[in-house]
Amino acid sequence: MSASNYLLAGLSGEVAIPPDIAEHLSLRNAPAAQPTLRTDASLALELRGIDLSFGGVVALKEVDLAVRHGEIRAIIGPNGAGKSSLINVISGVYRPDRGHVAINGAPYQPVPTHKLARLGVARTFQNLALFKGLSVLDNVATGRAYAGRTNFLSQIIGLPNARREQANARERARSVIDFLHLTPYLDRLAGTLPYGLQKRVELARALAAEPRILLLDEPMAGMTATEKNELADYVRLAREEYGITVVLIEHDIGVVMGLSDRIAVLDYGRKIADGTPQEIASDQRVIDAYLGVPPENEDGEGI
Amino acid sequence: MSVVTADLSPSFSVPRHAGAIAVLAVAYLVVPFLGSSYLFEAILLPFLALSLAGVGLNLLTGYAGQVSLGSAAFMAVGAFAAYNFNLRVDALPLAVSIVLAGLSAAAIGIVFGLPSLRLRGFYLAVSTLAAQFFVQWALTKFSWFSNNSASGVIDAPPLSLAGFSFEGPVGRYLFALTVVAVLTFLAFRLVSSQTGRNFIAVRDNETAARIIGVPVLRTKLLAFGVSSFIIGVAGVLWAFAYLRTVEPAGFNLDRSFQILFIVIIGGLASIRGAFFGAALIVVFPLVLSRLGSFLLGDVFDSGVLDMTQRIVIGAFIILFLVLEPDGLVALWDRLKSRITAAVRRV
Repeated sequence: MSASNYLLAGLSGEVAIPPDIAEHLSLRNAPAAQPTLRTDASLALELRGIDLSFGGVVALKEVDLAVRHGEIRAIIGPNGAGKSSLINVISGVYRPDRGHVAINGAPYQPVPTHKLARLGVARTFQNLALFKGLSVLDNVATGRAYAGRTNFLSQIIGLPNARREQANARERARSVIDFLHLTPYLDRLAGTLPYGLQKRVELARALAAEPRILLLDEPMAGMTATEKNELADYVRLAREEYGITVVLIEHDIGVVMGLSDRIAVLDYGRKIADGTPQEIASDQRVIDAYLGVPPENEDGEGI
Repeated sequence: MSVVTADLSPSFSVPRHAGAIAVLAVAYLVVPFLGSSYLFEAILLPFLALSLAGVGLNLLTGYAGQVSLGSAAFMAVGAFAAYNFNLRVDALPLAVSIVLAGLSAAAIGIVFGLPSLRLRGFYLAVSTLAAQFFVQWALTKFSWFSNNSASGVIDAPPLSLAGFSFEGPVGRYLFALTVVAVLTFLAFRLVSSQTGRNFIAVRDNETAARIIGVPVLRTKLLAFGVSSFIIGVAGVLWAFAYLRTVEPAGFNLDRSFQILFIVIIGGLASIRGAFFGAALIVVFPLVLSRLGSFLLGDVFDSGVLDMTQRIVIGAFIILFLVLEPDGLVALWDRLKSRITAAVRRV
């Protein structure tokens, strides 16, 4: 079954894990009865049966998610619904108790965090995670750290390949910075910029890695309405310019409705709805989750 | 604490480059002809050795964010390794012994850096204390390291590099200056490379660094290795150029703290900072002793001097941490920009 994945992966020139090993890896924690490995290579990202709990607290329960190539996929839900946990599972920060994540058809359990960038996945963080002591340019150029091939000695001596690598990283960083209109802040220390700009620098750092999948963890949290619309435009532009798939977590339903192609709704760690913005907007469970359900016996009879 | 700024620019900016060249020119062409041997023996040689150790520790603590209290141990490894390479391998050029000594210190540094893969902050600092005590113990316990000398004291071999012999205070000064200049230049190159940026990335946000593909474990061990290499060579200078005879007890915890203070007072994540800090740490006790005996006469004996030094340096560190966490370098830069602005206005 996964031979076709292997073949496809081989054709597209990625480092593919041989199917038997991959199967072994992903089945290590999975119950034997569950056929976990039906991955679909036409999907950019696929989550199957993700369970995650911290001690006794269940953060995610049997969550499935399919993300097609090139779409903007939003995950919404009330506070504590497990949205950030889901992003952390996709990026390998959390290890799910069950289930697996398939990136471009190759299943992982858990996702190897240190290889994430090489798998073509970049992310931003809910709470800013910039390198405060580096300039904007250096922050963004560090987004290309995963592509580094030269060692520190050749960088010190300044051998041609190290110079070329440095020049390439800077060039890519500059073009992304230009794309996001951050050029005036090129040499400023990232830690000294206002919040909204720092969020944008983080987006630039993620884009500098030339990802195929971009994970955005509440990119608009704490922004004004204008800044939110601006960032939404940047996300849309980034998809057109770089042809990436975007997975986006957001609180603000209004922005998400206009921005995303499909939306998944989480509540108490379960996926309660999945579909186009129109479908989500009219889904009774979503409305209940967001607005609350009127209590059935308001007079308190029988309690 | 405020943001620790990175003291690096994408390309060598003209004024700083010129400044470094001017300082070097004075150090090579003017200083050797004007000082007394006291200036070289008591001030410049310890200053150079401690500056280099400061540069080394700053790579680890200031740039890569890994606190270490084992600097004196790595200096000791460097000093004793150079001594043994020089003693036991016939006709080994001094430069080669020094590089091998640095590599030995780097190897020990990487071993004691392994806990950094799991520990952070204070816990890591305490674990590097193990290096401090272990190295001192090993050098005292196994007299092979000091060529079976009864007291563990080693004597420095004559200094010569590429056929030039460096005798006398001025010669040893030039020797130390050359080593420090070369290694500082390389350290400067390192911090402005991608590897240097990786150091800062690991320091500022380890999780983010790992996710964007910075090899965090390798970067941390590299920081320990490179830092220990430089500190080891500083130990060689300390033993061979400054003191000429050293024993393991000379590389105690006090020395480790001294180097850490140099880095904090001079300025974290700044190569120049190490030199500012070392200047203060070396010159200040001398000034204090002159001033004390001038003002108080005989009451100000060596015991009182020692206590006063500790108190004042301690107060300095608190003041710097509270008022100027970026160290003397930040003060200096601010002063410089004020002067430039004033000059422009005139």
